[in-house]
This record gives sequence, structure tokens and C-alpha cells, in this order.
Amino acid sequence: MTKFIYRLIYTKPFALLKDGLWKNNPIITTVLGICSALAVTNKVENGIAMGLAVTFVVMASSAITAAIRNLIPQRIRMVTYMLIISTFVISVDLFMKGYVPDISRALGPYVALIITNCIVMGRAEAFASKSSVKFSILDAMSHGLGYTFVLLAISSIREFLAFGTIMNINIAGNSWTNWVVMSSAPGGFFVLAPIVWAVRSLQQDVDVEIEQHLPAPIKPATTIAATKPGASL
Amino acid sequence: MPSTLNIFLATILTHNIALTYILGMCPIIGVSKNISTAVGMGVSVVFVITVTSLINWPIYHLILVPTGSEVLALLVFILTIAASVQLLEMLLEKFLPTLYMAFGIFLPLITVNCTVLAVSLFMVLREYNLTQTAVFSLGSSLGWLLAILLVSGIREKLNLVGDVPRGLQGAGIVMIILGTLALGFMGFSGMVDL
Repeated sequence: MTKFIYRLIYTKPFALLKDGLWKNNPIITTVLGICSALAVTNKVENGIAMGLAVTFVVMASSAITAAIRNLIPQRIRMVTYMLIISTFVISVDLFMKGYVPDISRALGPYVALIITNCIVMGRAEAFASKSSVKFSILDAMSHGLGYTFVLLAISSIREFLAFGTIMNINIAGNSWTNWVVMSSAPGGFFVLAPIVWAVRSLQQDVDVEIEQHLPAPIKPATTIAATKPGASL
Repeated sequence: MPSTLNIFLATILTHNIALTYILGMCPIIGVSKNISTAVGMGVSVVFVITVTSLINWPIYHLILVPTGSEVLALLVFILTIAASVQLLEMLLEKFLPTLYMAFGIFLPLITVNCTVLAVSLFMVLREYNLTQTAVFSLGSSLGWLLAILLVSGIREKLNLVGDVPRGLQGAGIVMIILGTLALGFMGFSGMVDL
């Protein structure tokens, strides 16, 4: 069983998933695309809609970029990525306007601003432009889900504090006093900052722990023989 | 329709694009370590936003609306922005090399600054005419400059104290600074209306 787990952990897909969800989480570690993460997360439904929209756009644009990566001239690659991305953003925008008009109205121009969300561009440039389609989709999915998962955390805290509800279901009871600031801009900053602090501290602890538990580097016999006695003191 | 002075004051104080709409956070977190780079970034943003929104207004109202292709607005706007930033960079390099040395490195970054696209989108959403667009874009970008200047000033002073916990350094502390500033700017609300 442990052997099976080890074989699973040391595969490329697992490494890609871990990279996006935890190690290089787009919002917490690399701090990309936090404009939308803060601006639309006053309700859980908006957070989920935004997260899924970004996940779709980043997956689709990474797949296309990876598929045509050998045809894109080096000098105009940025503009090419932008064209690919904006095509998908326009389709997501139209889809939302057609099927979920309420959420579309709540998100406003922030759906269109997915184009300039650095996560999408960053994945196209850093990963999809040099990898196969299969791994690009997986990588894009892990980063998109990492983004969605942080959005979900922020928006549930904010919605609970600001309205006493989660997904519009009242869970705080009638004596709850709404903390209105949480639903506007400062609330977003104040909720995300402790999350970033906590996760970064945890990640540093993990790094230190791994360093401590590594087996001591064994010096080659020659260097030990070559050092003169007393020289190291 | 609000008057131009109203729009100008509102975009800087009550509807500040960085502190109320939370746009353009990546550069505020990335290049706010000291005041001089913050000024460079901010001034380039003021220039690019004003120029691109003045280009985008005629394109939208004279080409896209008559042909009924408003759906393409996003695609056209982002292309205009990318092209004009590129053009600006080449012009600066050719004719004003000293200015290029100072601001050149910020220009490629501006293409992915969401403030630029957002100003063009707000201009369409709120149905501004050309004068209002000019005032709105200038005001929004000056408001953004104000925000990045405040953040970088506070960060410089914090570095002198130098007592920020390790996990909070960088992005975390900037978010707390921004949150405090946003809270302060909420005090302006009600002064002017958009």
C-alpha cells in the first residue's frame, strides 16, 4: 500500500497538481490575479462563478497554446496569447449573460477582466508554451482549482461576517449583527492577509522540516582523507 | 449626467480605482518597494490609460457600434492597448531616450495591468462622451498613482522599523496597508457622486 502511494506521489501529474494547489498557489504564493479574488468575493456564489470561469479560461487557452506552440513566432507570442485568451473570455461572458444573468450582473466588468488576470497569461507563458497538450491542461486545471479554492475560502468568511449567511442560507441566527465593512473593499484585504500569512508560515515550516529530516550529506572518502587533522578547527 | 469636476473628484477620492474597485493590485504589490519606482510605474500608467481610453472611445463609438459588433469590444480594446503600448515604447526609445531609460522597463508590464482595460470598459458601461472619458481616465489613473504612492511611502517607513513577521513580509503586509487605506478612503464616501 505504501509502495503504491509512493508510486502515485512521484508521478508528474501529482507533482503538477500539488504545484498549483499548494506549492505555487496562484493567489497565496505567487500573488497573481488577486484583483478579481478580492473584488468579487463578497458572496460565495460570486466567488464560485468567478473561480470556475477562470479555471475554464485558463484550461482552454493553455490547451490551444500548447497545441500550436511550435507555430507561434517568438516575437509576437504575447499578442497571440492575448487573442486566444480574449476569445475564451468573450465566450464565458456571453455564456454567463445568457444562463446566469444575476451572477453576471453582480460580477460586472470583472468577468471581462479575466483577460488581464496574470494567472492565465502566466500559465500560457511559463508552462503551456513548452509542454504537451495533456500536461498543459492538467497544469492549468490545478492552478485554476487552486485559485477557486482560495476564492471559496475568502468568500465564505466574508459572506458569513457581512451577512450572516453562506450561499444565501441564514446560519448565524436572528441576533447576528451584519459587519458591513466585510462586504466592501477593505474586508477583502483584511481577510486575505491572514490567510496569506498562515499559509506562507506553514509552507516555511514544511520547508524547514524537510531540510532537517534529510539524511546528512556523506562526504566522499577522498575529501576526508585529504583534510589535514586539525585544519578544520 | 454628472459634471466633469464631479467625475474627476469622484474617481480620485470616493471611487478610487485601486482602493474601491481593487484593480491593478499586481503592480501595487510588485513594484511598491520604494517611492522612486512607484512614481515611475504610476506616471507611466497615467500616460498609458489616458492615451488608450482616448483611442478606444472613437473606435468603439465610430466603428463597433455602427457595425453592430459590440461583442468584439474586449478583443479590440486589448489589441489597441497592446499596440499602443508597443508604439509608445518605440517612440520613447527613438525620440526621448532619457525618459525611456527612466520609464521604459515599466511599459511592457502595463499591458497586463487590469486598470487600463478596466477604464475602457467602465467608459463603455457608463456611456461617457469624449470629454467625460478624458476626465474619467485622467482622474482614475491619478487616483491609482495616489494609491501606489501612499503604499510605497508606508512601506519605506515600515522597512525602517523592520519588525514584520516572516510569513507576512511582501504581499501580506501590503494587503494590510491597502486595507487600512481603503478603510480611510471610505470616509470620503458621500462627498461626490458618480
